[in-house]
Amino acid sequence: MADLSVHIKDLLLKNPVLTASGTFGYGEEYADFMPLEALGGMVVKGTTGLHREGNDYPRMAETPSGMLNAVGLQNNGVDYFCNTIYPRIKTVDTHIFVNVSGSTIEEYIEVAEKINTLEKIPGIELNISCPNVKEGGMAFGTSCTSAEAVIKAVRKAYNKLLIVKLSPNVTDIAEFARIAEAQGAEAVSLVNTFLGMAIDAESQQALLSTITGGLSGPAIKPIALRMVWQCYKAVNIPVIGMGGIMNAVDAIEFLLAGSAAVQIGTANFIDPRVTLKVIQGIEEYLDRKNIPSVKELTGSLKENR
Amino acid sequence: MCVKKRILDLTIISKRWLNDEFFVFDLTSVEKLPEMLPGQFVQVLVSNSHSTFLRRPLSIHERDYEKNSLSFLIQIVGNGTRALSKLKEGDTINTILPLGNAYTIPDNDGRYLLIGGGCGVAPLLFLAHTMNKKGIRPDIIIGGRSKEHVLRSADYKKYGNLHITTEDGSLGEKGFVIHHSLLWKENNHYDRIYTCGPEAMMKAVAKYARKKQTSCEVSLENLMACGIGACLVCVVKTREGNKRACIDGPVFNVDELTWQI
Repeated sequence: MADLSVHIKDLLLKNPVLTASGTFGYGEEYADFMPLEALGGMVVKGTTGLHREGNDYPRMAETPSGMLNAVGLQNNGVDYFCNTIYPRIKTVDTHIFVNVSGSTIEEYIEVAEKINTLEKIPGIELNISCPNVKEGGMAFGTSCTSAEAVIKAVRKAYNKLLIVKLSPNVTDIAEFARIAEAQGAEAVSLVNTFLGMAIDAESQQALLSTITGGLSGPAIKPIALRMVWQCYKAVNIPVIGMGGIMNAVDAIEFLLAGSAAVQIGTANFIDPRVTLKVIQGIEEYLDRKNIPSVKELTGSLKENR
Repeated sequence: MCVKKRILDLTIISKRWLNDEFFVFDLTSVEKLPEMLPGQFVQVLVSNSHSTFLRRPLSIHERDYEKNSLSFLIQIVGNGTRALSKLKEGDTINTILPLGNAYTIPDNDGRYLLIGGGCGVAPLLFLAHTMNKKGIRPDIIIGGRSKEHVLRSADYKKYGNLHITTEDGSLGEKGFVIHHSLLWKENNHYDRIYTCGPEAMMKAVAKYARKKQTSCEVSLENLMACGIGACLVCVVKTREGNKRACIDGPVFNVDELTWQI
């Protein structure tokens, strides 16, 4: 049987399949359907300094092969996470990463410092790419100088594994991966959602209360794959790839393009057991191809035909 | 409600058209179906549709424990429900169930009213049946555009005192359900009112209930992605902040909501 384990710097994941922030709650929502400890890791819901109500309903629109969301980082704030949610989930035998979000650099620092004190959280995913908040979020991830400033500040405040989640809403995403690497991030994850929009022609209204929202699902997969490949070429730190992965074949494509690990997001909404199927499918693929370790897949795209 | 949620393939054992836009599926499983409560729903995968992506939440319309079956009352409203309407007896549907909370089932033999319109009558049949098993015979008002759109009246009659309204007056009283004379009789009092249907209708019912100082439970039909509490798109504004229609609902007491009524 092939070895499914992968490293993100010194952290050993039992397999390369993680759940994407905002699509898997705190894991508890999925416990009826699957053993959470089967996962390589979980990235839990975006967490901010204070409680956030998020955007008004409607927050979602189904689109061809995908969906737009405009949740707007609804969460109960970092103290609630530390005091109420963390004690409930810390015993789950998988790596739990907290997606750290904010409107200001000070807020990012505050959240990162508080998460830093949690023994069973080995890393954070710095979210500089949320397209659904008026302040902060994607604003940090689409300007080189802001990205550099926030990553630098959080790096100082946080001494465990720092993953930076990149926005695809930029001209050259590899530039942002290089900034993350230069500022001391241990990994980059990409892509967050693409800024999009949907309109109901009959009512002549936007389908989202915020008019624009973030597009996810298979519709974005080819673009996400391209961006993962570009970042893999640009940096030496691990790339965690995501964007429309619905099955094991999709995940393998992301590994070939340069991902050390993958995240599964929107697919969890349709099949709560999809992550298990992806893990199993990767293992079967490796066995079939006589590849001893999944690590060998990362970036092994054959570029010459 | 602590019944474990499951992913199950159900087989269509019966398909009946009620008119040109509404149909009923009865479904069963090789496995024993879990306990379900009136007001709960099921997330249905529409695997024969290329133009839809997410599951469709459907109310549990009936639940027959002897036959190990459940039913959906489905209205064709878009590509997903149109694709479902093409399925035939013997076809299977992948489902996640049972989901959401439930209507409050009273123990005492009080006076209860079930009131719904359009496809909103779907969960009320299961509710009426469940009340009936407890020896309660509620008043039921259902409405539709015309007599062809008054759905399953013979079945509602089995479980309660049925009253009908149609917008064109072709059956029962003319008007909307909220206009039915039963509601406006002097000294008419209920211990609780249960409603499901278009939001404007539910708000009218909620307003009536508030005026009468009667407890009122509504079932919301918010758009959902996951249906299991993770995605936070089906949020409802309540007096305690945002709640999820899929986990904290779909049934809410009107007093929990921030409706301007």
